[in-house]
Amino acid sequence: MRCLICHEETIPKITWTNFWSLPEKEVLCIVCRSMFQPLKPGCPLCFREGEKGVCEDCQWWEQTHPGLLAKNTSVFQYNEFAKDFVARWKYRGDYILLEALQWHVVEHFSRMRNSDYIIAPIPLSEERSYERGFNQSEAIIDLLNQRPHSLLERRNSEKQSKKGRYARITSNNPFKLIQSVRQPVMLVDDIYTTGTTVRHAASLLKQAGCPAVTSFTIFR
Amino acid sequence: MLQTLRTYFSDDFDWLPDLVTPHYYPQLAGKLLLHYEIPLDEPHLISALSQNVLIKVSGLEHHFWGFRCRRCGNKEQHLFAEIPHAACGKDCVYCRCCIQMGRVTECEPLYFGSPNVAWPRFENPCAWKGELTFSQQTAADEIRNVIQLGKGEKLIWAVCGAGKTEMLFPGLTEAFSSGKRVCLATPRTDVVRELLPRLKAAFPNVEIEALYGDSPNKQGAAQFLIATTHQLLRFAHAFDVMIIDEIDAFPFHQDPALHYASKRAAKIDSSLIYLTATPRKAQHKRIRNKTLPVVFIPKRFHGHPLPVPKLKLTPSLFHHLKRGKIPPSLLEKIKQQQQSNRQLLIFMPSVKQADQIAEYLRKWKMIVESVHAEDPKRADKVMAFRKKHYPILVTTTILERGVTFPSVDVYVVDAGHSVFDEAALVQIAGRAGRSPDDPYGEVIFFHTGKTNPLLDARESIMKMNRLGEKL
Repeated sequence: MRCLICHEETIPKITWTNFWSLPEKEVLCIVCRSMFQPLKPGCPLCFREGEKGVCEDCQWWEQTHPGLLAKNTSVFQYNEFAKDFVARWKYRGDYILLEALQWHVVEHFSRMRNSDYIIAPIPLSEERSYERGFNQSEAIIDLLNQRPHSLLERRNSEKQSKKGRYARITSNNPFKLIQSVRQPVMLVDDIYTTGTTVRHAASLLKQAGCPAVTSFTIFR
Repeated sequence: MLQTLRTYFSDDFDWLPDLVTPHYYPQLAGKLLLHYEIPLDEPHLISALSQNVLIKVSGLEHHFWGFRCRRCGNKEQHLFAEIPHAACGKDCVYCRCCIQMGRVTECEPLYFGSPNVAWPRFENPCAWKGELTFSQQTAADEIRNVIQLGKGEKLIWAVCGAGKTEMLFPGLTEAFSSGKRVCLATPRTDVVRELLPRLKAAFPNVEIEALYGDSPNKQGAAQFLIATTHQLLRFAHAFDVMIIDEIDAFPFHQDPALHYASKRAAKIDSSLIYLTATPRKAQHKRIRNKTLPVVFIPKRFHGHPLPVPKLKLTPSLFHHLKRGKIPPSLLEKIKQQQQSNRQLLIFMPSVKQADQIAEYLRKWKMIVESVHAEDPKRADKVMAFRKKHYPILVTTTILERGVTFPSVDVYVVDAGHSVFDEAALVQIAGRAGRSPDDPYGEVIFFHTGKTNPLLDARESIMKMNRLGEKL
């Protein structure tokens, strides 16, 4: 096998436990694997690293919009390497690259999975989805082997990543509800930066009577 | 069956249609673009397609044994993958090799623009008033002959500082006066940035454009393009004259995609000119077999010999480098060097070490900058060093070639490291003594034991000097 990121040959480790079995598929080499930093638990609400107790951002959210998002869970630090990774995967459209993260993301997800929750992707505008070729949050749900429930739709197609922090937090809600649910919902997205996107989606779901909304993002 | 096998293994590009529709869209001439890269709005695009200015060709070849990407020539099957494509609703194969330039998929076509644009002819395009030396003139005449003939290849093998750029001027004059389109491609962005002002000054009336990864202008619409070799992935049958500078440099010499692209970017009948100071094995072989005509210039334009590198053993080098320091003998040498008028260029094998050593030298109250490939301020720092704003620059191998500093001494620290191969060391040594006002410069390789590349590099420099003396 070759590493999905650097295309170098991956060398599987041989130990006594796998000595007689067929070699496992290694899609990531040791060097690239070590560049992804798994997050250590921090803020109990948004998973921000290095916080003891609720972080400032979440306190602000809880004051202005109490109880919108019950909890966010993330897997990896959004470091420089992860930024390049996301750029290549999402913006250049290297779809298969996501499989490089399967080893850890799936494990992390199954540990916190609660089967009461239904899984919903963050929608993409039609224009953007045509241009990009795929919806990043559906791709993640696919990676996790779950069934996506389309509950929302996007009205306009502004890119969040091109905006500053303040512009993001105060932006209008870009989503529209197409189906209301009575079950708790888990939203899946690639990156949690300020948490505005998932909270916009959560506010619509909550208004329509959804009891609880959590989110699962790969990078934080 | 045989036909498909032939097209798969040969790079003769017969899948490109013979498109000769004359048109007035210079930004489309000889381009091979994805849909979103086309600089036209939808109605113009439709009319361009109906007038045969643009033609759709499929981006991937599908053979029963595998795929091939037509944009980058990738045949490695592990560099193809599938995507559930929203645009066509099916699982679609795409090429991962050239994904940095946008995604080529099975279902979306590439757009090939007709190269037939009437480029202007110039009476006297060259404003350069300098004079060529005898050996430069010989090479310049040969280049002009190849360009006049309109086909053929030529390798210009000239030592560092022989004045390769100036040798091109008579040939370029010939090309522009007969309305030809020219591309000067090089693997390095720094070289593109350095060449642009020089060529603009030499050919003030010709439209010249620089194309590289983050260049401000990305049209690629000029008659004369100075581009990094990666940019050629967007061209097909575009140029009458193709000049490839530094053919032996990274990443060109080991990346088959770039060879494929540069071959495709030239027209079928085109003049190909290669420039290098240190030919690699492949070229040496072709020279020996007499399949590649060559001009050899072993002398610098100012007539002085190349500075021969001194080898200096520093046994405690690793001991100090590990601690982010340098041996006292080397530090002493640097302090001594700072008494002279020359600036100092220090080469380090890795980015981390370059930063560490720059930091360490700052502790000794020296004014030091360090650059590496990913440095956002790289261009500014190099420019400031050239203008003598500060005395010491610590760099990785990115500045090994193509850049000219008027008066420098060159130290290579840990010269036995595997990043410094023979070609790199010859090029690094060639940074010293480039100006006629100061044709000497001290080149020292600090090592922990002589290696073959070190000795070969010194040997080949001395050989050049011997050959140069005979002229």
